[in-house]
Amino acid sequence: MELLYDTKKLIDNIYNALQGLFVQYHVPVFFLHLLIPIICIGLILAFISVNAMFLIWLERKVSAHIQVRLGPMRVGWHGILQPIADGIKLILKEGITPKAADKWIYFISPIIVFTTAVMAYVVIPWAPGATMRDLNMGILYLFAATSMGVLGIMMAGWSSNNKYTLLGGLRSSAQILSYELPMTLSVVGVIMLAQTLSMTQIVEHQSRLWYILLQPLGFILYIISATAEVNRAPFDLPEAESELVAGFHTEYSGIRFAMFFLGEYTNMFTISAIATVLFLGGWNGPVLPPIIWFFLKTYSVIFLLMWARWTFPRIRVDQLMSFSWKFLTPLAFLNIGLTGVFVVIFT
Amino acid sequence: MFVDFNYGKNQRGKTSLSTTVLRMVMSESLIFYAIAIVAVGAGVLVVTLRNIVHAVMFLALFLLSIAGLYASLKLDFLVVVQVFIFVGAVVVLFLFIVMLTFKISDFSQAMSNRQRGLALGASSVMLFFLILALAKTNAFSNLHKQDAPSASGGFRELGTEILTTYVLPFELVSLVLLVALIGAIVIARKQ
Repeated sequence: MELLYDTKKLIDNIYNALQGLFVQYHVPVFFLHLLIPIICIGLILAFISVNAMFLIWLERKVSAHIQVRLGPMRVGWHGILQPIADGIKLILKEGITPKAADKWIYFISPIIVFTTAVMAYVVIPWAPGATMRDLNMGILYLFAATSMGVLGIMMAGWSSNNKYTLLGGLRSSAQILSYELPMTLSVVGVIMLAQTLSMTQIVEHQSRLWYILLQPLGFILYIISATAEVNRAPFDLPEAESELVAGFHTEYSGIRFAMFFLGEYTNMFTISAIATVLFLGGWNGPVLPPIIWFFLKTYSVIFLLMWARWTFPRIRVDQLMSFSWKFLTPLAFLNIGLTGVFVVIFT
Repeated sequence: MFVDFNYGKNQRGKTSLSTTVLRMVMSESLIFYAIAIVAVGAGVLVVTLRNIVHAVMFLALFLLSIAGLYASLKLDFLVVVQVFIFVGAVVVLFLFIVMLTFKISDFSQAMSNRQRGLALGASSVMLFFLILALAKTNAFSNLHKQDAPSASGGFRELGTEILTTYVLPFELVSLVLLVALIGAIVIARKQ
């Protein structure tokens, strides 16, 4: 139990135990260093699958209760096993490829979407010492990795050879490109305050004061543009059911559709985790272990996003562009300017 | 950054034989050549493929492998910027334009060029000067003698230099970008 509070020690203990085992059986320690990343990736993939299933269940429950329904109730306690049943259904389903599709690109695009979603997990600081790699330009890496996901969405839209998917892909790329700017700019204020790009160091800087108190405007701008980045309502134009069937993944079925779905919920967790790390103090908090605090805050942000999705109507496509370029981006620049003055005066 | 070559040292600082062999196999130059082959292959496909969407895809692979080359030289900042700007933005815009162009991917593009002789001459002159320049700077012998990146990954120094020593070129570049932006708007407005 004490080790849960001191994750650094916990990880050191595991490492030392493994090293002892390797030395005892005369296996070169080099193999251990090869094995560690593989173990980490395995853990992250396991987490992603379990987390996505939990989030799908949570979303159905939250939406149901907002609409005064019950949601899934039959499979397990309050339908908690429903995502497993859905998952089995998706895996067993026949994968249909449209005849006119561009086969290679059609197969590769769900993989690209999922891979770029996973790449972000390299730098997320779960608890003190528990980061896969604490890169010294963590935030930049994160935005670079997630900015590639749109390639997969566009490729999916184009390769399906269907006008609805093509329109969905185009809308998505236009949207992601225009909201990437305010999202990146809204984070600059935090970087200026912390004087570093490393995720772990940013969390350590917030041990006394969370940056949401110093950067309220930055936080609001970040949440809005991040919602647009992951194509969630009220910014879900790329998959607007009433206009575009299901948008870019209309022609996908079975396990490939599941990969898009997984990627979407993985990205949702990622943006909430970034919000937690940059604005809500990451693992910092009293009494409870740091890792619990991290998840508590992240799932609170996720609940906020779900709440917004089932409350606000979808934004119109012409409002979408002007909202980003005429409203969010100037405000983000204003935030940077104000933060600069603040930093110069008070430090 | 992504590949740490100090792996495999045990506690006394000595390395075992198998570790040495493994490290030779995974040495930097091998990684360098593997990535270089991918880069050249993708580059050739970009200019020879007839389907223009596929060509853009291989352009993305080419730019990613260049980022891989930077990673093997431990230039962390350049890796991230390369991926962020070129793959995340430039290739996406390319794709956007290609997809918006009417049925551009339906027929394969003509590969002939009437100015073939002129192009051959110009590119061979450029290649000649490039090789000359490379021979002068002995770039290849210095390839693996990179200084270790500083604690901040070098971008703190970069930022300070840009905003102090090189502030005039920096501002000029931003002016050029602004002119290009206004030019694009003016051209688009006419139609």
